[in-house]
Amino acid sequence: MQKRLVLSSQRFEITIKRLCYQLIENHNDFSESALLGLQPRGIYVARRIQHELKSILKNENILCGDLDITFFRDDYRRREMVIPSTTQVDFIIENKKVILVDDVLFTGRTIRAGMDALTAFGRPEKVELLALVDRRYSRHLPIEPDYIGIAVDTIASEKVIVDWKEIDGEDSIWLITPGKEHAA
Amino acid sequence: MQHKLSVRHLLGIKDLQKEDIELIFSTADNFKEVINRPIKKVPSLRDVTIANLFFENSTRTRLSFELAERRLSADVVNFAASSSSVSKGETLIDTVNNILAMKVDIVVMRHPHPGSALFLSRHVNAQIVNAGDGAHEHPTQALLDAFSIREKFGRVEGIKVAIVGDILHSRVALSNIFCLQKLGAEVMVCGPTTLMPKYISSLGVKVEHDLRRALEWCDVANMLRIQLERQEIHYFPSLREYIMLYGVSGKLLQSLGKPVTIMHPGPINRGVEITSDVADSAQSIILDQVENGVAIRMAVLYLLAGQVQ
Repeated sequence: MQKRLVLSSQRFEITIKRLCYQLIENHNDFSESALLGLQPRGIYVARRIQHELKSILKNENILCGDLDITFFRDDYRRREMVIPSTTQVDFIIENKKVILVDDVLFTGRTIRAGMDALTAFGRPEKVELLALVDRRYSRHLPIEPDYIGIAVDTIASEKVIVDWKEIDGEDSIWLITPGKEHAA
Repeated sequence: MQHKLSVRHLLGIKDLQKEDIELIFSTADNFKEVINRPIKKVPSLRDVTIANLFFENSTRTRLSFELAERRLSADVVNFAASSSSVSKGETLIDTVNNILAMKVDIVVMRHPHPGSALFLSRHVNAQIVNAGDGAHEHPTQALLDAFSIREKFGRVEGIKVAIVGDILHSRVALSNIFCLQKLGAEVMVCGPTTLMPKYISSLGVKVEHDLRRALEWCDVANMLRIQLERQEIHYFPSLREYIMLYGVSGKLLQSLGKPVTIMHPGPINRGVEITSDVADSAQSIILDQVENGVAIRMAVLYLLAGQVQ
């Protein structure tokens, strides 16, 4: 197994800040917009961006929720069961501009489920997608992000891991390539 | 935490591990949030067909199961014995196999005979959920009762629960005893000696015949309905005498000097097990039980359906 650093903690911070300014370009003061982090790992991206937006906009009222998509997956009964996480949406979605936030965008199936899960809370005016990492050329569905932290080219057997200061000790993005320790 | 149930059918609480019950509860927490959304439906079981077979009357349980099934997007067929070929002499296995030939994945069954759910699980190729088999078990009721206690107190372990009334004919009592004991609660049964099964002390529960002493001991009183339809002979001299000895009134509760949470599996005989002022009081969590029933049944069906294939 090989582990390669894709984004260091210093560049990680710059990337998050850049995403925030891109969001502000389209959402002004965020009074009509809301962030929705997808469980389990997208919530950390959403919360970090919420935190950053609060300090940039000097506004404490940036809406941010957690959305679990387990019950909306299209592979239920086809693979091992997944333990659901919590959903917490303490605001009205109706007529809001909603930004779905995930850490790694791969096949796009999670996002499809996320869009279904989202509509259970009402009809948003617009839905956008923010992905911290975009694994290019690997989509199973016609889904593309509106905001991209970093784009990486990977093959299907590889894995992209995002570590967070809050839970893993450091902000960083890693590319894991399976294989023998000592390649021939 | 484990990811799936250790059983393929839900026949009784007796077959479940503590970990199974905890998995059902944590999944039910998620479904409780789902059923409080503006749109209370998820697509998880859209490729699953469920048959509800009720060989015995039921309002609450059947409605609760049906709502749970529909909110999981399952296809539902209903069957009531009174309007079926059972009255023409068809056997249980034939009835069920005919239904299964129409490609049904899960059967939810209530039947007057104890053991009928187990019998069915051995002879037909579908997953069985027992919705009450005679005086044997009613597992989803026990799960929702314990879930409601957990919601009220934050835990089940160490809580003192008194089950009051007709223990002899009650599948709710038996399932509740198994469930509460597995989760570490203390259980007492209280009722007249004629409505107490002979083996009851072998289940490791306290037995009490004095209602006041039971209420002084417990944190939660689960008041069972007097099942007049299961009593072919008279087990107590008169209903009036039963009410005087085993009916809970607001006055009695107030005189205890401590709060006791009141539960009832329904349907209530108002003025018999509990008076109206108790049923509608802040101490009663009867309607919470009904709400939790849908979440618990969604969790059970979701977890069982995930095991197919």
